[in-house]
Amino acid sequence: MTQVSRRRLFGITGAGVVLAGAGAAAGAGIDHALSAPEASATTDIVPFHGEHQAGIVTPAQEHLHFAALDVTTKDRAKLISLLRKWTDAARRMTGGHEVVANGAVGGAGAAPPGDTGEALDLPAASLTLTIGFGPSLFDDRFGLAGKRPEALAELPAFPKDNLDPARSGGDLCIQACANDPQVAVHAVRNLVRIGFGTTEVRWSQLGFGRSASTSRTQVTPRNLFGFKDGTNNLKAEDTDALAQHVWVAPGDGPDWLAGGSYLVARRIRMHIETWDRTSLDEQEQVVGRTKGTGAPLGQAAEFDPVDLHVGGAGGRPLIPADAHIRLASAENLNGVRILRRGYNFVDGSDGLGHLEAGLFFLCFNRDPRTQFVPMQKALSAKDAMMEYIEHTGSALFAVPPGVNETGYWGETLFG
Amino acid sequence: MTLRKTPFAIAGSAALLVLSACSGGDQKTAADGGPITVEATDTGCAVSTTTANAGNLTFEVTNKGTKVTEFYLYAEGDRIMGEVENIAPGLTRKLTIEVPDAGTYQTACKPGMTGDGIRAAFTVTGGATRQADANTKLADATRSYSTYVASQSDALLTETRKFADAVKSGNVEDAKARYAPTRVYYERIEPVAEKFGDLDPAIDVREADLEEGQQFTGFHRLEKDLWSTGLQADSAQIADKLVADVTTLVAQAKAIQLSALDLANGAKGLLDEVATGKITGEEETFSHTDLWDFQANLDGSEAAIQALRPVLQERDPQLVSQVDTEFKNVQTLLDAERAGDGFKYYTELTQEQVRQFASAVDALSEPLSKVAEVVAQ
Repeated sequence: MTQVSRRRLFGITGAGVVLAGAGAAAGAGIDHALSAPEASATTDIVPFHGEHQAGIVTPAQEHLHFAALDVTTKDRAKLISLLRKWTDAARRMTGGHEVVANGAVGGAGAAPPGDTGEALDLPAASLTLTIGFGPSLFDDRFGLAGKRPEALAELPAFPKDNLDPARSGGDLCIQACANDPQVAVHAVRNLVRIGFGTTEVRWSQLGFGRSASTSRTQVTPRNLFGFKDGTNNLKAEDTDALAQHVWVAPGDGPDWLAGGSYLVARRIRMHIETWDRTSLDEQEQVVGRTKGTGAPLGQAAEFDPVDLHVGGAGGRPLIPADAHIRLASAENLNGVRILRRGYNFVDGSDGLGHLEAGLFFLCFNRDPRTQFVPMQKALSAKDAMMEYIEHTGSALFAVPPGVNETGYWGETLFG
Repeated sequence: MTLRKTPFAIAGSAALLVLSACSGGDQKTAADGGPITVEATDTGCAVSTTTANAGNLTFEVTNKGTKVTEFYLYAEGDRIMGEVENIAPGLTRKLTIEVPDAGTYQTACKPGMTGDGIRAAFTVTGGATRQADANTKLADATRSYSTYVASQSDALLTETRKFADAVKSGNVEDAKARYAPTRVYYERIEPVAEKFGDLDPAIDVREADLEEGQQFTGFHRLEKDLWSTGLQADSAQIADKLVADVTTLVAQAKAIQLSALDLANGAKGLLDEVATGKITGEEETFSHTDLWDFQANLDGSEAAIQALRPVLQERDPQLVSQVDTEFKNVQTLLDAERAGDGFKYYTELTQEQVRQFASAVDALSEPLSKVAEVVAQ
């Protein structure tokens, strides 16, 4: 078992696993149809290198392990060294390899293995690893104070927030997405392991069942309220819109972030039980879509454009004034859009017999001050859905641009 | 079906409309032939058909003119069945409208969005004729509940004045003693109070829920003054505003037209309040008098159910007995936490007791959530 390559040994079966995962969530929809002909051994590797980091417009995978970390050293060189090690490990793992060659079982018997091994028999599963830098990293520890983008300010307090400091903030974040949960967990676990002595985990979140589609090749999944989520999301195919709403452009702020983005993470607890006791009509009024097809109220099919001007009896708007899709719509927000990439979560129960469950909201935007913040302000103030949800965690990160074959994460910031 | 014509107060009407438009799951378009197309120009309004079967009709309106236009479907007397506004030249907009009754309707395009528009007759055939209105028992139910709201409102105003006087005279102990018992009257009729957009936040907003620029007023502001920060320079002013807001609320609450469905949803809504706010101790952050509110929510919920009782008894006796049992169970748990004229403070409860409350409230909420459906039958 020397030189175990997860790809070489398990590539073919791996593709099958990917399909099963996608099909299970999509109900044999577009995902299945489109990926079936390409079920070769290479389709489940997402390229690591590029202008932008993978894991942003990559078609949303099925599972998430997200970790926010604090840097425990004040040694800038040590931090840079870690980022280099992380980048190398990420290159390997996203390619379906162990974190180091001969990592899990090929090394010295007297030493702990270099790779934790739980992903040995698994394919790459479209693993992407995406890193971000929190506002707190830009203090006086690493000489970064002058490099903090103005848009990387702490998010303001939103009405009805009930934030837990133990689920908020962080100097760094790692977003691992994969079509196999164990592959995502393996990746974060090994990066955290490499970081011991330099970083420590502040909080982390597992997610299952992507709750948005980020590509037209995907069917729209359902969130834990049973509604289709992400119908109107920005899609990977919308390159012009991505340039306008997601990617930081040169001149937006400090040069080091050009080609990057801002990641907002919000842990949204859903009051599942009260929602489940709410009538179908009210649920549809709250969302602004029908539960079955996902059609906007007043329209016939899911992808019919949302029309906020349709009225019913008496001319009253069919999509209510406080409906979620109205308040979150670009039309209502002067054209503001974001790329959502959230996941469902169930963290057991809350000790009162209720599910500790909800949506781990992740979004990418070019400037949170003009995109996420006004959107969330409108929602927390007026959204009828606020009665059924509670924001319990919050964090903002600047996501640096992608790296080339010899580069490392954060090179433009530290280099 | 009879309920649809009841004048629903505020949220009700919109909800019911969509109930009819969407409850069938997948929507069908007219006569399986796809949408009815409408070609709107500055001078014309060409509708592809002038007849359709009753049910969900989908119109697809294309504006081929030069002016922004809108499209309407009117029933007799120019009652709007559905409309779509703001269709810019070149755009196509769709709307799906439920038209359950046979009859003669009118289509209209309004180039420039003014005037009566370019009209044409539109005939709808088939469809069930709706029964005449006013089920007597449901009407009795809403009347009975309105009486309850009126009596609670009167008591609320009286007690709020006394509470405000205590605050204004600087008698902190007296004000603290009056705080929870006064709120009881508010918590009992909260679903009604919530129908008045700005008043409920002014009276009952929690500090954590304030929006940017929103002033912290009402009961919880005074709660904070009394229990946490001590009376402030503007406490008396806040007390006066509270009395003024409650006075307005009481006048409106007594005049409100409620539907039987409002009662059913209100009964459930009050228990939701308990489940997400009271059981977690979030409502009374400073005074910890959450159990007073809990009892009041339970009272209000039960009052609405009792008003509906004759109807429910007739339509679903098993549901009634289940609801009765679960109400009793919650009450028994609450009774065990009584202290003097009131209750223990939330902070005195053990985690186990909180869990028991949550479980009992769930057990009650589940059958309560089915009441609306029975009422709407």
